[in-house]
Amino acid sequence: MSAHAESVPSQRHPLVAFALRWLLTTNHKEIGSLYLWLSFGLFFIGGLMAMGIRLELFRPGIEFFDPEFYNQLLTLHGLIMVFGAVMPAFVGLANWMVPLMIGAPDMALPRMNNFSFWILPFAFALLISSLFMDGGAPNFGWTFYAPLSTTYGPPSTDFFILGVHLMGISSIMGAINIIVTIANMRAPGMTLMRMPLFVWTWLITAFLLIMVMPVLAGVVTMMLTDRHFGTSFFEASGGGDPVMFQHIFWFFGHPEVYIMILPGFGIASQIIPTFSRKKLFGYHSMVYATASIAILSFIVWGHHMFTTGMPLVAELFFMFATMLIAVPTGVKVFNWVATMWRGSITFETPMLFAVGFVMMFTIGGFSGLMLALVPPDVQYHDTMFVVAHFHYVLYPGAIFGTMAAVYYWLPKWCGHMYDERLGKLHFWTATFAVNLTFFPMHFTGLAGMPRRIPDYSLQFADFNMLSSIGAGLLGLTQILFLFIVIKTIRGGKEASARVWEGAEGLEWTVPSPAPHHTFEEPPVLDPEASH
Amino acid sequence: MNDAHGNGTPRYYVPHSSVWPIVGSVALFITAFGGVSFIHQSTEKVAAEGSYGAPIFYFGLAVIAFMMFGWFGAVIRENLRGMVSKQLDRSYRMGMAWFIVSEIMFFAAFFGALFYARLVSVPWLAGASNNLETHIRLWPDFADTWPLFMTPGGDSTTAMEAWGLPFINTVILVTSSVTVTFAHWALKKSQRIALIGWLGLTVALGITFLVLQAVEYLHAYDELGLTLGSGIYGSTFFMLTGFHGMHVTLGTIMLIVMWLRCIRGHFTADNHFAFEATSWYWHFVDVVWLFLFTFVYWF
Repeated sequence: MSAHAESVPSQRHPLVAFALRWLLTTNHKEIGSLYLWLSFGLFFIGGLMAMGIRLELFRPGIEFFDPEFYNQLLTLHGLIMVFGAVMPAFVGLANWMVPLMIGAPDMALPRMNNFSFWILPFAFALLISSLFMDGGAPNFGWTFYAPLSTTYGPPSTDFFILGVHLMGISSIMGAINIIVTIANMRAPGMTLMRMPLFVWTWLITAFLLIMVMPVLAGVVTMMLTDRHFGTSFFEASGGGDPVMFQHIFWFFGHPEVYIMILPGFGIASQIIPTFSRKKLFGYHSMVYATASIAILSFIVWGHHMFTTGMPLVAELFFMFATMLIAVPTGVKVFNWVATMWRGSITFETPMLFAVGFVMMFTIGGFSGLMLALVPPDVQYHDTMFVVAHFHYVLYPGAIFGTMAAVYYWLPKWCGHMYDERLGKLHFWTATFAVNLTFFPMHFTGLAGMPRRIPDYSLQFADFNMLSSIGAGLLGLTQILFLFIVIKTIRGGKEASARVWEGAEGLEWTVPSPAPHHTFEEPPVLDPEASH
Repeated sequence: MNDAHGNGTPRYYVPHSSVWPIVGSVALFITAFGGVSFIHQSTEKVAAEGSYGAPIFYFGLAVIAFMMFGWFGAVIRENLRGMVSKQLDRSYRMGMAWFIVSEIMFFAAFFGALFYARLVSVPWLAGASNNLETHIRLWPDFADTWPLFMTPGGDSTTAMEAWGLPFINTVILVTSSVTVTFAHWALKKSQRIALIGWLGLTVALGITFLVLQAVEYLHAYDELGLTLGSGIYGSTFFMLTGFHGMHVTLGTIMLIVMWLRCIRGHFTADNHFAFEATSWYWHFVDVVWLFLFTFVYWF
């Protein structure tokens, strides 16, 4: 510590010291917390937009918003939830937990870690400020298909493009940091095949991020030049093709949806063994299944485009490649269930969320399999069925996974146990509400209700009203979650170092709350214990 | 923090805090905001009033440059003080390697667009596969050629010849990859004069490449009628070579910095990662150029 001066002298005004501490921090735990709070905040902003959408869809007819503003809500809801809520939450968990789980003193590149985080608030400021600009916010859906986003996009589209660039820079640097940390900072004896699965899934996720975020940067750059500099990438009269946008976008987009679920797989693989008091069943197959899913994700993008113009051979290829993904995913679900088999299971809140994750993510997986089939997809395409599908994999999938992780590790982070009764109440109300919100969408979608339209035919009225009631309840349950988190941070029963009776791993060898610096000396691993 | 522990190797250096990342984040925000405003105020699609965009944009870029000076300066001082352990050195190496992977994927997006245009969209517009009806209804006179001399909309252009300046540039860039390797060998053998000479030659070759590229662009715009707006051929041509040119510019700046640091004697035969990272980057732009020469200019 003597080699360089303290940058934050303690004589400063407390507010200034507070701001400088968080602005300049290079500590993986503090940056992890920053990511998690940013994600939580954006989760509520995106959620508010979802409330607006469900309010409009509560009854048939245009009642609250004009269709133009409805489209803007829809677009920003999607973008904020994908890039602002789900991804930063997982990065935050990685920041907090990866160094603790592999016995590293910090992330490998601590200053770049700070850079990755602090780009994000600015990126989302750019994105959200577009709501207040002339011509309104982006209105073309989170997939920003050309020509809606090129020829017909509002002026604020360009702020959206630069916002996406900033998010991309942040994600790439974050991913590089995580890969390097895992590759270079493991404690002696922590071989690759002894790494906890959360670390494994994040390693693979980070690889996906490095491979596809630059492609997203490329495609938005093409949009920018098509809009302003006369290029013809997505313009048929110049020899380009709007469908080309979809190909490039989904080459990014499909790995992206696995980026939003693989860390959740890792979380379930940490929590289920703990509360089943058994080792994870099929550790090796879990690793290989995750890697297979990641590799396959690069060759299935066409299944998002079955109705937009592709040769039959290509459609068949994408169909079979997509169905192949069900195999490694099935392996994972099988392993989670087999881990619970004959375990001495208790259902504390993290376990409830993890089991809920497995069950409801599987529902989303099955509807995904239905969507993978070319002939029926022509019927399902762009209906509420698709909305039901990806909300099942994202809400009870990615977000329940994150919540499971928060309940599981919160005692480690702040040293207090959360209120178990409130946690259970949160889980059960959220589970009820999430199903009430999204399950009816399967039915309206199969019956032909299109997505992204503010009005609908009368026969869908009952199901939509149920969805909207569910959505309102779901929003309330997350306010309960916020309350539980704050209550736990402020006080509660003191947590032991191990926290959970059946928990294994290095993160449980440090005290709760985890001290500011951990593993400055690499821990010694038990050479006998392995998977 | 670089105190020795146990077996005498320095601890992994975790900086306590740093001002540079937040400076960088603010700078990126200023650049993005200024850049969009600049575009809106200087192109036709939005045609916004005002002229504040350009100065804000350039100010943002200046702050980014300032940030890089400060940040890299801090890292260099840490290195000169011996605070960089073997393990930290490995982190830097891996970080650079994965950064180059991300750059490869950025170019892959544009190469993907090029191949899609050549193999799919242009033939389809001319009626290939099952698109005869589209062809007849939309642009019945359109013919499938590459380079695309005549767009479906009727804009015409001329192709860039591969065996003139582009070929000379290929030779220059490949040679520069060799000279930077000679410089590296000289550095490893602590031959200072040879190091500075070969590295200086590499810088000169890089600058020559950029000058010739500028000449080629002027030739394209003034004489060939090949512009950013001349259909998908012009789009892919200028976006691919343009982004490559930006990377060569960045690589040349990096080489110049390395050259100055060599003159100052910052590097030793076994501690010169910054030099190596720059040479990796330089090889990367060289390889990208070989793909460009093959698929943009030649075939």
